[in-house]
Amino acid sequence: MKRKASRVAIYALLIIGALTMLLPFYWMIISAFKTPEQIAQMPPLWFPTSFRLDNFEYAMTYAAFGRYIFNSLLVTVCNMVCTMIITILAAFAFSRLSFPGRDVIFSIFLGFMMVPFELVAITNYGTIVQMGGLDSYAALIFPYTANVLYVYILRNFFLGIPNSLYHAARIDGASNFKYLTRIMIPVAKPALVTIALLNGIDTWNSFLWPMLIVNDPNMRTVTIGLTSFVQDAGIRYERLMAAACIVVLPMIVLFLFARKYIITAMARGGIKG
Amino acid sequence: MLKKKRKDRDYPLTPRTFGEPLLYLLPFLLIISIFMIYPIVTIFSSAFFENYDYLKGTFTGYGLDNFRQIFADPTFLASLRNTFFYVVTVVPISTALSLLIAVLLNQKIHFQAFFQFAYFLPMVTALIAVGVVWKWMYHYDYGIINFFLSCFGVEPVHWLEDPNVAPIALTIYGIWNKLPFTIILFLSGLQTIDEQYYTAARVDGAKSGLIFRRITLPMLSPTIALVMIINVINTSKVFNEVFALFNGKPGPAYSLYTMVFYIYENFYNRWNVSIACAAAIVLFLIVFALTLLQMGVQRRWDYR
Repeated sequence: MKRKASRVAIYALLIIGALTMLLPFYWMIISAFKTPEQIAQMPPLWFPTSFRLDNFEYAMTYAAFGRYIFNSLLVTVCNMVCTMIITILAAFAFSRLSFPGRDVIFSIFLGFMMVPFELVAITNYGTIVQMGGLDSYAALIFPYTANVLYVYILRNFFLGIPNSLYHAARIDGASNFKYLTRIMIPVAKPALVTIALLNGIDTWNSFLWPMLIVNDPNMRTVTIGLTSFVQDAGIRYERLMAAACIVVLPMIVLFLFARKYIITAMARGGIKG
Repeated sequence: MLKKKRKDRDYPLTPRTFGEPLLYLLPFLLIISIFMIYPIVTIFSSAFFENYDYLKGTFTGYGLDNFRQIFADPTFLASLRNTFFYVVTVVPISTALSLLIAVLLNQKIHFQAFFQFAYFLPMVTALIAVGVVWKWMYHYDYGIINFFLSCFGVEPVHWLEDPNVAPIALTIYGIWNKLPFTIILFLSGLQTIDEQYYTAARVDGAKSGLIFRRITLPMLSPTIALVMIINVINTSKVFNEVFALFNGKPGPAYSLYTMVFYIYENFYNRWNVSIACAAAIVLFLIVFALTLLQMGVQRRWDYR
């Protein structure tokens, strides 16, 4: 009997906690469906009376969220492709190729992980200005494609792949590059998925860097689009919530489908990052 | 050491030895030199420039002027205080709550998928977007937080307009968004504790409170230390949260500067670049000290 009571208590606590965590998301979604009268209703309306899409339509047309989504998608995908290529090549060099001072050099790079992004952003902004890259996709994509954490994760994974495989492939006449693409990359799929997810989520959600780089409304990413929409739409919260939905929903959907991978990725990336 | 080297080396030491690895490392080195190494060098030098002109690149000499200036600047001191308040409220509270939730989630419970979804979702959603949602929830007239309070007969609170309350509003949002990450780290820590300890304790008839205090807590203490340090590092960089809640301003009546907000404001809005660099270096030194601490803890943890 006492055991049963404690089980009930556990579930009650967990459910209250879970609802608290989900409340902002629920509130965002139902607010986005409300009319201007309903949004100012007290006590608040807990369920939408209809799924009217006016607010979404307004955000998509008036604030050009269609364009922002395109920009964010483009930047996220290109950034991911570049990051993966750079990370794979570097991790391979740091784990499988041998050259004098390899591990010393790598541990110096590891030290860079503790440099806050905010610190280097000051100079990087100046660099981009000098290169004439303000308001360009290149400036949004390239500067943060070399990530030491990702190289670290992948290098550790590569080091776990037995040496004998490498020597066998080399004896069979495979070049290093062939060995990397034919054997290492397929084997390292779990680590690659981890890196792709961490990187994709990070880029989609990034805010400070695009804010520095982007002035042209056509170049806004979703997060920048949202903050400028806040300035423009002001107190029309039903519209703001629709815009917030547009930024957040893709990640919620991704999380629904790839929950296990993302949780593993976050746990892996967290300890070091 | 020597033996290992000989085994790993596939080539004799010739220029070729460097050639191929360099080819693989080229893109990485290129990007990291331009956007990481170069900025580190310039930041550290320009923080010591006097009368620095960012656009022309001119300065009159070296010195500690910038540091003297920021430590005499009441805004910078306020940003240190605000950041400190944020860190010492968010980190302990979110750690304690996360520990509780992680221990509960670690039981054999149903609906794991639902609970994981609910507790970990804020990890993937943009701080800036969810911040706007929190801004709406904190709304004085129509926000649900004041509505919940009114259900308990509490007077509505000016969460985001009152400079005395705004830090608390920021802290609550901060705790909420730090929970998922912290719970995940605790869960992976809990899963490394051998089930045998629990079985043995239960056979001896230990109550669950005692099991928690005598087994879980001591076994988890390295993880707790590690998680707290990581969270201190992350929370001391608080910026997006402030930007979202207060519409791009550092709190009501500019009362809630944080360190990163101070850097951002001086750099981006006022073009006081050398001041921003000096403040960035202070932030870096704090993070650096904490990271050394983290590595110390981690080393002890790895060798257990």
